[in-house]
Amino acid sequence: MTAPLLQLKGLSKRFGGLVAVNDLSFDVHAGEVVGLLGPNGSGKTTAMNLVSGALPLNVGEVRFDGRTISGLASHQIARLGVARTFQLVRVLGGMSCRDNVAAGLAFRPGGLHGSAAGRAAQQLLERVGLGAQAELPASELTYIDQKRLELARALALAPKLLLLDEWLAGLNPTELQQGIALIAALQGEGMTVLMVEHVMDAVHALCSRCVVMNSGSRIADGPTREVLSDARVIEAYLGSDDDIQEAAHA
Amino acid sequence: MSRRDCLAWGAGALALAGLATVPRWMHNDYYLSLLISVLMYSVLASAWALFSGPTRYVSLATVAFFGVGAYTTAVFGESLPWAAVLLIALGVGVAMALVVGLATLRLSGVYFVIFSFGLAELTKQLVTWWEVNITKDLGRYVFVDITAQDIYWQLLVLLALVLGLRAWIARTRLGLALRVIGEDETVAVHVGINTTRVKVLLFTLSAAFMTVAGAIMAPRWTYLDPTIAFAPAISFQTLIMALLGGAGTLFGPLLGAVPLVLLFEFLSANFPNHFAILVGLVFMVIVYAVPQGISGWLRRRKHHGGGK
Repeated sequence: MTAPLLQLKGLSKRFGGLVAVNDLSFDVHAGEVVGLLGPNGSGKTTAMNLVSGALPLNVGEVRFDGRTISGLASHQIARLGVARTFQLVRVLGGMSCRDNVAAGLAFRPGGLHGSAAGRAAQQLLERVGLGAQAELPASELTYIDQKRLELARALALAPKLLLLDEWLAGLNPTELQQGIALIAALQGEGMTVLMVEHVMDAVHALCSRCVVMNSGSRIADGPTREVLSDARVIEAYLGSDDDIQEAAHA
Repeated sequence: MSRRDCLAWGAGALALAGLATVPRWMHNDYYLSLLISVLMYSVLASAWALFSGPTRYVSLATVAFFGVGAYTTAVFGESLPWAAVLLIALGVGVAMALVVGLATLRLSGVYFVIFSFGLAELTKQLVTWWEVNITKDLGRYVFVDITAQDIYWQLLVLLALVLGLRAWIARTRLGLALRVIGEDETVAVHVGINTTRVKVLLFTLSAAFMTVAGAIMAPRWTYLDPTIAFAPAISFQTLIMALLGGAGTLFGPLLGAVPLVLLFEFLSANFPNHFAILVGLVFMVIVYAVPQGISGWLRRRKHHGGGK
């Protein structure tokens, strides 16, 4: 078996007295789509931020593609091939959709600028279904289209690893099917994806494996079906039987 | 380069040549000094917009660099050739901006505004301390063999350079990086932009123009002390001119600098005792009435006109 593309080794992150991520370890292999699950506040987004370099970690090591990336600046990590979307969508509102994507194309290794970038941006916009909106300022897009635009910008980096932070949240059923098909297509091209997701239909459809967190720690890691029937996972989401009985009596 | 670009650059070169002939046929000293003021603030506002326009980092440090440039002339003007004085000013401005930029461009928003204002005051106090304790003389006389015409031409060249640089940067990857930083710095780092390097580079370029402008302007004052060279009003007026015109566009700062220099001249000539109050009122009216700047207002008008 080849070395994993992404390795998290004993990551910990504290905010003052709060331990947001506690001794978290797991691997992601090339070509996998891995779900990172857990109740709200369990540390999923913090874990994503530790991988992308948005937050410095206190303890542990992140390895990507054969080298240590923890301690590098976010822009260095991005250039090595880690692209991400944000839980609260972040588009460049004052710039056109095409320029939003051009921003993703320009600063990667072998980046594009000028007319070549314009063509590549148009292709990426068409891929996420925004081909007709290229000239529109990003702030005028609907929330869903802003999410698509964010994905196009992430793909513009030609990443080896894509971090999606609740990218499918808030979509209606049709949009969800389109979104799932889009990620499945990326997977078909060999893209490696780590996705924080609450939409269980998407997790079942896309993720071959899941890592589940609770209170900053990993409580399960394995094939999706097994993990989701794990007693500890159910307890983390729903509370223990005792809690449920107490709730019923109350 | 497209045909439209060629036309634009050609028109720019023609305008520059036309402006360069002005001192040849206009021999009125008052109007020449007014034009020099217009040029000085056009350079300062354009240089300010070079960094602050796309990044939206509001800087009040303009006069820190301008004043250091003026003092460079005061110190070296008599003993060294003029070109050497300007080169020293350039070097000092660049060095100062690099140090300050590396130390502070991690700050953002209001913290950067306050810091930049503090920097101007700090520089002024340091120069004052030096003059009082080391040279034992707070004021300096600036004796340089430079005519008003020379100053006019040199400022004109400086203005052409800063406008040319802004036009060039806007079409490069660097310009795109600046716009992304101005929109969202978190996104900027996550698309691979080394934001610190970009910000320090642009802050330094901007400061270089301000410092050289100060060095060129110094002979206009014959007598110089820190309260003149480091007058905070210079920073504030530069800021309001750039904002009035629109710091995001190439000619926006000129649209602000030209009318405001004329207005301030009119106010200081006719209401010398109430100048500061009136300038304050002008600031408030501008921020209230044209928050997008003149160029933004023009663009919106055009937009609406086209829709009819």
